[in-house]
Amino acid sequence: MSTATESTYRPATKVGRVTDFVDQRVGGSPILREFGRKVFPDHWSFMFGEVALYTFVILLLTGTFLTFFFDPSMAETTYAGSYVPLKGVDMSVAYSSSLNISFDIRGGLFMRQVHHWSALLFVASVAVHMLRVFFTGAFRKPRELNWVVGGTLVILSLAAGFTGYSLPDDLLSGNGLRIIDGVVKSIPIVGSYISFFLFGGEFPGSAIIGRLYVLHILLIPAIILLMIAIHLFMVVVHKHTQYPGPGRNDGNVVGYPLGPVYAAKAGGFFFIVFGVVALMAAAFTINPIWNYGPYDPSPVSAGTQPDWYIGWVDGALRLMPGWLFGFPLEWHIPLPWGVNTLSLNVLLPALVPAGIVFTVLFAYPWIERWITKDDREHHVLDRPRNAPTRTAIGMAGFTFYCVMWAAASSDLVATHFHVSLNDVTYWLRALFFIGPVIAYAVTKRIALALQRKDREIALHGRETGRIVRLPHGEFIEVHAQVDDYKRYKLVGFESPEPLPEIVNSDGKVTQAEKLRARLSRVFFEDRVAPATPAELEASHAHGDHEIAESENLKEVAH
Amino acid sequence: MKALSQKRRHPLAAVALLLLGLILTGGLYAAATAPTAKADTTTYTAADTEEGSKLFIANCATCHGMGAVGSPSGPSLVGVGAASVDFQVGTGRMPMENQGPQAEQKPAQFNEEQTKQLAAYVASLAPGPAVPAEEYTDGGGNAAEGGELFRVNCAMCHNAAAAGGALTRGKYAPALAGVSNEHIYEAMVTGPQNMPVFNDANITPEGKRDIITFLNTIENNGSPGGADLGALGPVSEGLFAWVAGLGVIIAFTIWLTSRTS
Amino acid sequence: MADHSDGTPAGSHAVARAGRSDVEKFQDPGLAPHRLRLADTDPRAAKRAERQVAILFGVSVVGTLLFFIAYFGVRLDDTIATLRLQNLLLGLGVAFAMLGIGTGIVHWARALMPDHEVSEERHEIRTERDRVAAQRIVEDVLEETGIKRRPLIRNTLIGALALAPLPAIAVFRDLGPLPGNALRHTMWKEGTRLVRDPTGTPIKASDVTIGSAFHVIPDGLNELEHGKLEEKAKAVVLLMRLNPESLNPSPGRENWGYNGIVAYSKICTHVGCPVALYEQQTHHLLCPCHQSTFDLTQECKVIFGPANRPLPQLPIKVDSEGYLVAQSDFHEPVGPSFWERG
Repeated sequence: MSTATESTYRPATKVGRVTDFVDQRVGGSPILREFGRKVFPDHWSFMFGEVALYTFVILLLTGTFLTFFFDPSMAETTYAGSYVPLKGVDMSVAYSSSLNISFDIRGGLFMRQVHHWSALLFVASVAVHMLRVFFTGAFRKPRELNWVVGGTLVILSLAAGFTGYSLPDDLLSGNGLRIIDGVVKSIPIVGSYISFFLFGGEFPGSAIIGRLYVLHILLIPAIILLMIAIHLFMVVVHKHTQYPGPGRNDGNVVGYPLGPVYAAKAGGFFFIVFGVVALMAAAFTINPIWNYGPYDPSPVSAGTQPDWYIGWVDGALRLMPGWLFGFPLEWHIPLPWGVNTLSLNVLLPALVPAGIVFTVLFAYPWIERWITKDDREHHVLDRPRNAPTRTAIGMAGFTFYCVMWAAASSDLVATHFHVSLNDVTYWLRALFFIGPVIAYAVTKRIALALQRKDREIALHGRETGRIVRLPHGEFIEVHAQVDDYKRYKLVGFESPEPLPEIVNSDGKVTQAEKLRARLSRVFFEDRVAPATPAELEASHAHGDHEIAESENLKEVAH
Repeated sequence: MKALSQKRRHPLAAVALLLLGLILTGGLYAAATAPTAKADTTTYTAADTEEGSKLFIANCATCHGMGAVGSPSGPSLVGVGAASVDFQVGTGRMPMENQGPQAEQKPAQFNEEQTKQLAAYVASLAPGPAVPAEEYTDGGGNAAEGGELFRVNCAMCHNAAAAGGALTRGKYAPALAGVSNEHIYEAMVTGPQNMPVFNDANITPEGKRDIITFLNTIENNGSPGGADLGALGPVSEGLFAWVAGLGVIIAFTIWLTSRTS
Repeated sequence: MADHSDGTPAGSHAVARAGRSDVEKFQDPGLAPHRLRLADTDPRAAKRAERQVAILFGVSVVGTLLFFIAYFGVRLDDTIATLRLQNLLLGLGVAFAMLGIGTGIVHWARALMPDHEVSEERHEIRTERDRVAAQRIVEDVLEETGIKRRPLIRNTLIGALALAPLPAIAVFRDLGPLPGNALRHTMWKEGTRLVRDPTGTPIKASDVTIGSAFHVIPDGLNELEHGKLEEKAKAVVLLMRLNPESLNPSPGRENWGYNGIVAYSKICTHVGCPVALYEQQTHHLLCPCHQSTFDLTQECKVIFGPANRPLPQLPIKVDSEGYLVAQSDFHEPVGPSFWERG
């Protein structure tokens, strides 16, 4: 062992010698040994994280191309490019260079469109990935911290999107910035200072595009990359979760080895995602900045909206009334040094819904952990129906988000469905409060009903749709029993029961503990227990002779 | 010379002289005012006015009243001008089918001849904006300058790409694709329904011509990036990314993770 | 005979209320038996899959070629149609190139690579032995630094670390000037002519007929060397004329208009979008961003939507030449509210 530094292995081929040279210096073999055959569970819903990663890679590639031609200056210039309807118009250099990318650089328009479509898909896939993780309970121990990293990535992707949306300095995004300025100014005490610091003076100033550019191409992508690295590192530490099913439990991971199958699928999928984005960019216009014209504080276009992921905040701003039953939501507060203005009609919708959504989102793993007092590691996912209350909470939150999201398009809803703009707003204001409640109740009922259906199938088999008349004249529908593997998928889940108050070490039940017990009842009171072998036995023995007979009939029929 | 002096005393000579004088002064007046006024090239005959009056009584007087003085169910049309009639009737907005937030565009109920006659009748009641001269509706102006005017004066209601937009309580500004140049011009000078009036002092006839040129240009160009998804902006783009983009990707993920037979 | 089709629990205790627990559970039957694919058993099927994969890779090659044809073959000639064609062909080229490789590899993996599911053990993320060892190290390290025994060092270090980042915050002070009075004033002052946006031509009172809406900027704005957009962002005005009887000016504001001509700030008091949608029959002004609606006949009072304050009115008059001019600046700050607004 004293000569361990000198390898006795002599590779035969040239490639082998090069590989060995590198391997001796970086230690590739142990890495490959660890990961080369690492097992990954396979399910379509596990792919959204990959979609997010791949669209991010596409964003880096196309974004780098765009930086070579984009000039983030707000200096005034006169357009002399080839787009006729803007020839001779005064505009900023940023807008003019965006037009040049679109009209005078070959493939530039394509790159812009790939970049923007991937951005929309990036945020969308991050969102869907997060919903998948929530509804399957993948955030539970030991993955709570990775859930927080994911939540941070959601916020970062919104920031990346918004800073990029504003860069071309067109009329649409300029009015978006103006709205941001208005919201910032409503912040008590420091609002107008932040506004002046952000814009380098009065809105719009000549600094904001350059500042957003640095955030967009340097700071935010760097933090996103760091977060992705942490996110993936934790996936390696935890190994991937898996759906329940035969042969799967919290102690193992079942799937395909990284090499070759999983690597091939995941690698091929990158090209597929790129191909789909390329198709969209080839045939569908996105962000036609040439329509909007250069930013000018006077004009505005009908249908001024942000990109979809900021829509919910814009929608909240639209839903909030300035006056509530004759009660003003802008307060003028007399203070010793003068009157100060508190603009609740702006501040509340801009901060409160987003505050609620992100607070609940980040805290949820700990909320559920506190209610269930469950400290076990979970590597097998819950099917959403098997956690009815969590699924219902998720749908309530999703509905809350969607109402605000829909509100951001209230004017287009009005024109395209021929209804009154004002009525759309009134309805959405009502749904803002009622929607989540309805969604909670309906989802919980649906989840419980699906669980009952699973039970029925586990115990009595699938309905085949074949109606058979028995010798004594009775009509029955033939049920086909499911096999053990399929049945296990239907019955192999946990159905916790409410956990009553527990006395603490002082022998008391605290108020918090009472609340926890009450929430535990809300969570688990309505439950459908998984079918048991005894029940299956009973269903075969008792009154279910028709199934046995039908099985015979089935055989006869074949 | 004798013949001429004899003819001078002809009973019709006075009439001829009067006509000549009228034509001259009218022509001079028209020439003098041409750059600022909407050179009225469409001439109406007395017969047009007569026919128009009959059509009006039969089809419009129910709401707009006899003599077009208006009634509780329709505004007075005295002074709205031929341009207003040509726009409202020519785009099918009038006669209205039913009272709603605003008159809907629909196939025109009257042919060109009848529309002209109605316009002649309404124009005969009091002076008002006339049907525009062709030189302002030929789409031969400056698209870039038209674009600037359009963004300042029109885009807030009609959308920067002229795709239309919502107004209060069920009213809306329509999309402008497919609307004829004359009708666009007439809408600007008459301010139909809730649209403000853009008289020639506000936007000169040349400016209106530029706006029309801009609209023609963007309509003929189409979108360089492919299908424009209704030119509705981020909402239709977001919807498309979610439904089509993510939809296709999900279809691929299902294929990718399924087993082959 | 139980009716199973409707899924009712029918006495099977399917819906268990609190307090009932299952004693027995189904046993995990283990992984389902592996099912062979067509290509595993039929060499012809395998060969066919192999050809399909190769064809898909071939499609990718064709796509890449298409990209080059589009890039060099389609000449941009300033027309939108050729740009659209080039964009389409470039995109289709890239799409085929990518989808060919992607679907080829995935088809290869699905049809020809082994599809046996493998089970792997999970390991403890942290063993008790690791924890004990790590804790020992931390304790030893802390002991060796002596930080617990020497509070003076600890406290001064905490103080230093707390102060050290402050310069990093302070250096951002020069991001912008302080607001000062900038938000309270606009370019308008007594005698400033109202001119058309963007041409800058003055407006005579007689130009503004009933039902008209003029988009207005202050005279001299276009000639500004610096801060043109900043001034425009505050000073833009919408000028409208309606029947003087329709206006209901409050005491003290009777003379702010001229014969039914009134001028209001175009900047929404909500978050600052231009409120430019004027409905000339209802006399309502609508903001296209968040749908705040202002009633011109009630001095632009908010009648719908998220705004709280009326739009500020610009008092106007007519000068000796008949042009519309401002009587003064706005009497209140324009645009969105801010803390110091009062």
